[in-house]
Amino acid sequence: MTTKHEAYYVPAQSAWPIIGAIGLFLIAFGAGNYVQQLSTEESYGGYILITGIAVILFMVFGWFKTVIDESMAGLYSAQMDRSFRQGMSWFIFSEIMFFGAFFGALFYARMVAVPWLGGASNNAMTHEVLWPAFEAIWPLVTTPDGTKTEAMPWTGLPLINTILLLTSSVTLHFAHTSLEKAKRTPLKIWLTLTILLGIAFLVLQVEEYSHAYHEMGLTLESGIYGNTFFLLTGFHGMHVTLGTVFLIVLLLRVLKGHFTTDKHFAFQAGSWYWHFVDVVWLCLFVFVYVL
Amino acid sequence: MSTTTHDTAAVHDDHHHGAPKGIMRWLLTTNHKDIGSLYLWFSFIMFLTGGAMAMVIRAELFQPGLQLVEPNFFNQMTTVHGLIMVFGAVMPAFTGLANWLIPMMIGAPDMALPRMNNWSFWILPFAFTMLIGSLFMEGGGPNFGWTFYAPLSTTYSPDTTALFVFSVHIMGISSIMGAINVIVTIVNMRAPGMTWMKLPLFVWTWLITAFLLIAVMPVLAGAVTMVLTDKYFGTSFFDAAGGGDPVMFQHIFWFFGHPEVYIMILPSFGIISAIIPAFSRKKLFGYSSMVYATASIAILSFLVWAHHMFTTGMPVFAELFFMYCTMLIAVPTGVKVFNWVATMWRGSMTFETPMLFALAFIILFTIGGFSGLMLAITPADFQYHDTYFVVAHFHYVLVTGAVFSIMAAAYYWLPKWTGHMYSETLGKWHFWCSVISVNVLFFPMHFLGLAGMPRRIPDYAIQFADINQIVSIGGFAFGLSQLIFLAVVLKCIKGGEKAPDKPWEGAEGLEWTIASPAPYHSFTTPPEVK
Repeated sequence: MTTKHEAYYVPAQSAWPIIGAIGLFLIAFGAGNYVQQLSTEESYGGYILITGIAVILFMVFGWFKTVIDESMAGLYSAQMDRSFRQGMSWFIFSEIMFFGAFFGALFYARMVAVPWLGGASNNAMTHEVLWPAFEAIWPLVTTPDGTKTEAMPWTGLPLINTILLLTSSVTLHFAHTSLEKAKRTPLKIWLTLTILLGIAFLVLQVEEYSHAYHEMGLTLESGIYGNTFFLLTGFHGMHVTLGTVFLIVLLLRVLKGHFTTDKHFAFQAGSWYWHFVDVVWLCLFVFVYVL
Repeated sequence: MSTTTHDTAAVHDDHHHGAPKGIMRWLLTTNHKDIGSLYLWFSFIMFLTGGAMAMVIRAELFQPGLQLVEPNFFNQMTTVHGLIMVFGAVMPAFTGLANWLIPMMIGAPDMALPRMNNWSFWILPFAFTMLIGSLFMEGGGPNFGWTFYAPLSTTYSPDTTALFVFSVHIMGISSIMGAINVIVTIVNMRAPGMTWMKLPLFVWTWLITAFLLIAVMPVLAGAVTMVLTDKYFGTSFFDAAGGGDPVMFQHIFWFFGHPEVYIMILPSFGIISAIIPAFSRKKLFGYSSMVYATASIAILSFLVWAHHMFTTGMPVFAELFFMYCTMLIAVPTGVKVFNWVATMWRGSMTFETPMLFALAFIILFTIGGFSGLMLAITPADFQYHDTYFVVAHFHYVLVTGAVFSIMAAAYYWLPKWTGHMYSETLGKWHFWCSVISVNVLFFPMHFLGLAGMPRRIPDYAIQFADINQIVSIGGFAFGLSQLIFLAVVLKCIKGGEKAPDKPWEGAEGLEWTIASPAPYHSFTTPPEVK
């Protein structure tokens, strides 16, 4: 027990965090200005935003390189590994709560806000006075102020995407077990397959968005149905993108010969993240598309 | 990065040197004590900044009518005062204390993820520069209250709302990373023998606080994101014309907001549970019941959010549910107050400054708790809602609660941090000035509220004039009193009587087993806890 504690690695001073703080600031400040300038002629906010993203990428690259080098140099104990694992688990928990906010909005709109506007519970007068012609149905294809749209069916692209993503979770699991059994070739194949499935998912999602915008008239401005649809699937898509990048980095590291059967925190983290993104999609598919 | 390739020997070597010198020490630090100090100083600067805004509010309210500031600027002051005090003063102060104390209390060499620790801190100055900076931009800063209810924050908000949204986003990232660090440190870095039920209560309360932070800060991020898209991208989450609902905003916000208020008080409970036994020279009464009470409060905090919305419109059943759940919180809180009082019972008490603040905490926080119970009663809340009674209530729990406990903690651990004793005379001056002025400031607000004076309005009816003047005088006095605290701390850092390793006779815990001031690296070899 004692020796384990003595080996806990406390890093020396590092410039990466402050670079990260500056990068986040530039992103926040740039995005804030960019959004404000959407309806104006000015556009410097966008440049600040891009600079911020570049700084963050530089930081992520450098910081991870430091960590990987330290790990390869054998500075990390089993206890350090546990810190990383627990940290990652709690990070994923925070992500679940983030999606929870948007699922909460979806459920509230469906179960409370829309029915009340239609006169449910004791809201008959609300309905009479505000929009007497409004009909409370879900998906809400006609909003109270009369904006019309179409509902996205769950068959077709969404169903294919569900199959793709569920399969990718399985292939990633096979990659993981291959790693644990030190079978490097199957590891590379399964991992590559997972990445390809992820990319295919993203391509189809872009396809779906374009279909929604151009043929169905389902946009971000189509009332609460379009709002919840795009925010939920959009944030999920961003997470798939991030997860795919994560997996690509893992693949590059696998090709370089990193990770051993018992020490592969980054792989574990990437795999957890991917499964989490998968579960979110499953909830999305059920609550946004099917029901 | 020169640090990327150093070998193990270099790392080892590095650990036995003291602190690096100059500004780079603070910018690049991975040391939990340095980061703790940064958090505490940042928090104090924000406390004075937010306090200055409160002075503007109290100056405007000194007389009926409009005299000093425009109503819109008044709204910006109430909004930014609230945001700064919650996210800039109280939360970072607790995180600073956690950084300083948790590794020392559990016998760990540092926080579990030291570089991320630095990142969590340095996000904050940028976030607040952005938030405060928006006050000086065209259209002004946020003016919709710290609760940013839609549609005030969407349809009717200033152009700079996007900056508010993104500053809250990065504050949230900072809090989440800080909380992850605390949880991992506590779960993974305890010295051998430091079992769960031997943890100091400050560590326990912070563990639970960190869980609350990770659970609700992302919900806040979701809420501000929806405000952003509603305002700038044409969504209608909070707009009934598109099928949304402004009431939905309040549900989402308070799902974050209620656990948030426990985030700002649970660590206080931990601090008071350290100080009361030390100066009563007795063990804490009912340690395990304290742990369970803290956990119960945390769980209940997820079930009471709509008590902020009794007048907004909810089915009667929901109002009853939230009323009873809220009242239920009085039970574990009562357990705590009972235990503190029972700890003092027949103790050999002395009244140094930390103890004075802790005692004031118990009495005044309990007053805030009782007014909370009054507000929890749905039919009564119909009258109290959005009056100065609410302002009185939450300032009793946040100022004489959270802030007083932070002051108590500062006095209690200053000898350990600086290696010098603070001036007891000045400390007592600070305490008595604060405790008298704070009651002159907040107690009469109860009467204003019961008589019907609404909050967040720059003008008021003539019959409220006398009490408002008293309140304002109390406010200025309380603000000035805090400068004594600044003097105490600066004096204590510069010098003073040498502090022994354990300056308080009855103090318990691993942090008192190491030297004063605490060495730059403590517990590189973990102690054995019996």
